[in-house]
Amino acid sequence: MGSSAIVSIENLFKSYHRGDQVIPVLQDITFDIAEGEFLALMGPSGSGKSTLLNLIAGIDQPDSGSITIGGVDVTALSETELAKWRAINVGFIFQFYNLIPVLTAFENVELPLLLTPLAKAQRREHVEMALRVVGLADRMDHYPGQLSGGQEQRVAIARAIVTDPTILVADEPTGDLDRKSAEEIMDLMDRLNEESMKTIIMVTHDPRAAKKAHVIRHLDKGILNNAHSQDTL
Amino acid sequence: MHILKILFKNAFRHKLRTGLTILSITIAILAFGLLRTVIGAWYAGVEASSAYRLVTRNAVSIIFSLPLSYKEKIRQVDGVATVSYGNWFGGIYIDEKNFFANFAVDAKTYFDLYKEYAINDAEKAAFLRDRKSFVAGRKLASRFGWKIGDTVVLKGTIFPGNWEFVMRGIYRGKEPNTDETVFVFHWDYLNETLKKNASTRADQVGFYMIGIKDPSQAVRVTHDIDGLFRNSFAETLTETEKAFTLGFVAMSDTIITAIRLVSFVVIIIILAVVANTVAMSVRERTNEYAVFKTLGFGGWRIAGLIFGESLVITLMGCAFGVAATFPAAAAFGKAMGAYFPVFSVEMETVWLDAAFSLIVGLLAAIVPTYRSLRISIADGLRMVE
Ligand SMILES: Nc1ncnc2c1ncn2[C@@H]1O[C@H](COP(=O)(O)OP(=O)(O)OP(=O)(O)O)[C@@H](O)[C@H]1O
Ligand SMILES: [Mg+2]
Repeated sequence: MGSSAIVSIENLFKSYHRGDQVIPVLQDITFDIAEGEFLALMGPSGSGKSTLLNLIAGIDQPDSGSITIGGVDVTALSETELAKWRAINVGFIFQFYNLIPVLTAFENVELPLLLTPLAKAQRREHVEMALRVVGLADRMDHYPGQLSGGQEQRVAIARAIVTDPTILVADEPTGDLDRKSAEEIMDLMDRLNEESMKTIIMVTHDPRAAKKAHVIRHLDKGILNNAHSQDTL
Repeated sequence: MHILKILFKNAFRHKLRTGLTILSITIAILAFGLLRTVIGAWYAGVEASSAYRLVTRNAVSIIFSLPLSYKEKIRQVDGVATVSYGNWFGGIYIDEKNFFANFAVDAKTYFDLYKEYAINDAEKAAFLRDRKSFVAGRKLASRFGWKIGDTVVLKGTIFPGNWEFVMRGIYRGKEPNTDETVFVFHWDYLNETLKKNASTRADQVGFYMIGIKDPSQAVRVTHDIDGLFRNSFAETLTETEKAFTLGFVAMSDTIITAIRLVSFVVIIIILAVVANTVAMSVRERTNEYAVFKTLGFGGWRIAGLIFGESLVITLMGCAFGVAATFPAAAAFGKAMGAYFPVFSVEMETVWLDAAFSLIVGLLAAIVPTYRSLRISIADGLRMVE
């Protein structure tokens, strides 16, 4: 690897408040993610994986510390700036796909492009390309309800990559899928990483899924353990 | 795909709920439109009144008359251009339910003063030649199928007997709000008959209709006229035509206020209905709005989605309501034509419909928008229905 860091996290703290109670979730997290890396974040339930992922994706704010992505300190951005930044830099893949049920596969993938200045014809081109990458070009006009879980997740991946973002973040992308669909999704993620050089940060409980990653990091009670490289795999 | 498409798709996710909401707006808009049209029809006479005309009547009450001899004295008053006069005849055509306004008027001056009643010269000349003739408004003539030359008999109530008239002309309104249901005949005919049968009632007029040269002088002219007859046995009360007409309809002011109040209550109820629908939809989709935010849709865009959906619902209801108001008003106007000479939906009503729908649509979206903007993305994403 040895490529430069695209994500640089320093002394990150995050806690939640429930009434008077303060629940520390992340404590002094510092690490880098290299460009083109495929990182798996693992750890027991409640250890703060989703919290960390959300901070990296710019949909939550830390108590202190900084997250620099592609040279931008995202913790310093206002909410509006952050929304613009996310639209360009982050592709988010959810456990439950989170497609809009009243929109077709095509329209779901087109959504993030509505925030760009692209014309209709160009948007169509991008959407079709993204759906081809995930192997669902023939399902463009289907609604989420007419697709299997695995297919829905592939549409969601198409939606995440259609803007060609700097990083792809995925929170348990195979958590709701059977083993075969999960494998297809992991193969797809692997291909995106290998062929399109996408930097991927993935939270997972599934050791099989984690195997596709280059690096695995373990979170435990808000503290990050050392990375194990999986280059041998 | 256009944002508008998302708004429609969102609005019709719950077809029944949205359909019922739209239906209630449609009904409210229709009711509001009809009520306003009724009020408008009620005041049509006031609206149509001319600033160039005054009416002089007996100061005690309209039911008492004034001597014909006042005519010359009124004519002398500075600022007076024309003096005409007439009596409310109150005749019944076949049956009481066929009610329409009928007046005995001074034929020579009447159409000069009421310029908005357009009658062609030949018919007017024929009317003037024939003392037993009458002229009817276009709507009135067509209501009973009267043709020029037809004889019409009115049963007198104030002036007993069966009175025969021949129709010599039909007038048309020059303005959309001109009353086309009036029946006018020769005051001379009435007076001559009275001279024969009831001489004490002869040479008396119910009211004078006065044309003035300058509306800005109206107040002074009314004072001058009334001053002429102060302390006489028949004192006069002179008012602008508008005030005179208003005197007849103003009795129902409380009713009109009540109708207005009901209209506003209806709007508030509709606001509650729409607000509830929008709030339910938005709450159910908390998770989706979090997804939109994750994708980079900012606060304004989220607000746009919610406000847009609310407006799609209200404006559709408004459009259906307005579309229904016109045929409904036409049917209503036809049924009530005798009581409301002018019954048409004013453009202002349509604008008010649109304005109220817009306001309801906007107000209904405020709280749901505030709620969905306040919730953090991370919290929103955790909410899986
Ligand atoms: N909005 C919140 N308010 C209060 N506490 C929260 C909130 N979000 C998360 N937490 C708490 O923070 C801790 C970390 O949550 P997080 O969702 O990051 O865990 P996770 O590692 O992703 O767990 P899982 O594997 O179950 O998804 C948990 O104890 C959780 O209860
Ligand atoms: Mg989690």
